[in-house]
Amino acid sequence: MINSTEFCRNKLIHLFDELEITMNLSKSIWIFASTLLLVLGVTMGVLVIVWLERKVSAGVQQRIGPEYAGPLGIIQSLADGIKLLLKEDIIPAKGNAWLFAAGPAVVVTPVFITYLVIPFGQHIILSDLGIGVFFWIAISSIVPLGLLVAGYGSNNKYSFLGGLRAAAQSISYEIPLALCVLSISLLSGSLSTVDIVETQSKYGFWGWNLWRQPIGFIAFFISSLAECERLPFDLPEAEEELVAGYQTEYSGIKFGLFYVGSYLNLLASSLFVVVLYLGGWDFSIPFVENFGQIVSTSSVIDKSLDTLKPIVEVATTLSKSYFYLFFSILTRWTLPRVRMDQLLDLGWKFLLPIALGNLLLTASFRILLIS
Amino acid sequence: MGPHHPSMHGVLRLVVASQGENVVDCELILGYLHRGMEKIAENRTTSQYLPYVTRWDYLATMFTEAVTVNAPEKLANIQIPERASYIRVIMPELSRIASHLLWLGPFLADIGAQTPFFYIFREREMIYDLFEAATGMRMMHNYFRIGGVAADLPYGWIDKCLDFCQYCLPKIYEYERLVTKNPIFLKRVQGVGFINRQEAINWGLSGPSLRASGVQWDLRKIDHYECYDKLDWQIQWQGEGDSLARYLVRIDEMKESINILRQALKLLPGGPYENLEGRRLVQKKDKIDWNGFNYQFVGKKSSPTLKLPKQEHYVRVEAPKGELGIFLIGDDSVFPWRLKIRPPGFTNLQIVPQLIRGMKLADIVTILGSIDIIMGEVDR
Repeated sequence: MINSTEFCRNKLIHLFDELEITMNLSKSIWIFASTLLLVLGVTMGVLVIVWLERKVSAGVQQRIGPEYAGPLGIIQSLADGIKLLLKEDIIPAKGNAWLFAAGPAVVVTPVFITYLVIPFGQHIILSDLGIGVFFWIAISSIVPLGLLVAGYGSNNKYSFLGGLRAAAQSISYEIPLALCVLSISLLSGSLSTVDIVETQSKYGFWGWNLWRQPIGFIAFFISSLAECERLPFDLPEAEEELVAGYQTEYSGIKFGLFYVGSYLNLLASSLFVVVLYLGGWDFSIPFVENFGQIVSTSSVIDKSLDTLKPIVEVATTLSKSYFYLFFSILTRWTLPRVRMDQLLDLGWKFLLPIALGNLLLTASFRILLIS
Repeated sequence: MGPHHPSMHGVLRLVVASQGENVVDCELILGYLHRGMEKIAENRTTSQYLPYVTRWDYLATMFTEAVTVNAPEKLANIQIPERASYIRVIMPELSRIASHLLWLGPFLADIGAQTPFFYIFREREMIYDLFEAATGMRMMHNYFRIGGVAADLPYGWIDKCLDFCQYCLPKIYEYERLVTKNPIFLKRVQGVGFINRQEAINWGLSGPSLRASGVQWDLRKIDHYECYDKLDWQIQWQGEGDSLARYLVRIDEMKESINILRQALKLLPGGPYENLEGRRLVQKKDKIDWNGFNYQFVGKKSSPTLKLPKQEHYVRVEAPKGELGIFLIGDDSVFPWRLKIRPPGFTNLQIVPQLIRGMKLADIVTILGSIDIIMGEVDR
């Protein structure tokens, strides 16, 4: 059985040989092309999420949402992005211009970097680092710094308050997040994302970490909602109190970057939920798998099914991440907002002990099973 | 937190001194919506002034009109027919439901749940439709007249109103199911902004803020006005005195209003809808100096006017926000000498600095929302 990716790679190597491009150059072209593909794919994913949010929130609120820009309003988010690009870029006079400009960059760039370690399929990952999930947690800790910088550089008391709140919130919820991830890596024996998914797919549907770590799943869910600053944890941009929090003074594409960055973060979190808890690209839902086996017994379509495998894997990952996205959008428009001190209470006094307890349980079970 | 704020409470300016997230002190600055209503009233006859009064509390418009026509009626001792009295119960109760609904939406939106804001407009649009059928306008109806109402209810209106009651009551229960037991909501409002019973009476609060602190004071029962005595209803009150209690009082009041509506609609008698005595003209017809000082603002073909006797008194109604009152000094002419408006929002707003001290920043909007002020009547 030929793996589809290797098939493509062999063809490309032949092509490069014929064009007489050296090995190094072709390697760098390969890296460049795949990074570009990922960035484009992720940006398109963000556009889709924005459309999804507007449609789902409209459904919750008994209205329709965008319907005029393109069929079903799918071009609406693109139109909004282009509009933001063309807007005037205002910098507050007394604010610190360098910090003000650096804010969005520091907030958005780490999120793009975390997409390096997310596997969309068995061999579809930009870089299979040995420290996969740890890389994600470390890089996403840079984001609160950017929020502080953005809030301070705006010379606006609302922005400053919003930036402080955002930084405090991000820092508090990183710890339960890291502890849940630690429990997962205990179960899988490694920090690499590919290893985590492969450990889960060994046992099929019932091997998903969702069943083995239910408490961890819930704690991770809540912590990642808080990290993405979505309601019920969106105090940094609470409209009724702080106008728009740390985003108040931003206009044009800088504001667009914040907006896009928040949805990028959401997409990254949902993909990580899929990788860590829902089995990644594994398509072994019991009923559907039987159907797939029945279909694949006829040898004619056997070979082509193998080449279709990466597409199936990518589609599986994306549709599982839709579950998290839908739920987070629904939560945003259903629940009220948590007050700041209650939010920090929840992070430190509730989620942290639970995540620690989960880690303890996991470790003791591992020791019991091994011994 | 300046007058321009997406907090949906109108133009109110709060200067808050805070230490981080804690509020140390706060000062309220009003007056951004002052339009000189009381001075304008000194140069308008009552029926000319009626379009102005709906702009005080623009969410519960029937109450402002009710109190404005009650004042000259009681002053000049004009009786109203029974049908008009029942209509004057039905319309304000519909307006009370509308006002509480539009309080609920922004209150929950301030706390963060932005979806009920869309749901309340569903019911409010139906109330608007009912009002438009009866009075001609969705919001700023010019409906009440001295002696009754301006026009009778159209044919079929009562059935539509009963349909509305039947539709609205399960919706109010739906709001309760969705919101009241939500743990995040309870953590935001329980224990926030506590007013005890003695303080509430001392500060002169009225309306749901007073009833939520344990004082069973409802002007509809105390003053025995219109025909509330003929209907069977209870005063809704709670004992705790925090924002949750105020929320519960208003939800219960909505249910009670539907109860009152149903009874009033069933008991609605026939008969005239306006006492035409209220249209009696100024007595000394031949001595009118049309070009003099008293009539320089009156159109030369003026509408029927009522001469206010030279007496003074105070009338009040139980508006959804509290006790709305008018102190009227008549001057033996068509214009009043002084029309002093006692808005419930103005008096209820005084307690806000005391409630906010020591709370977090996020509680400011919760407390402001639970007191339910509307700047149109606070500033007049």
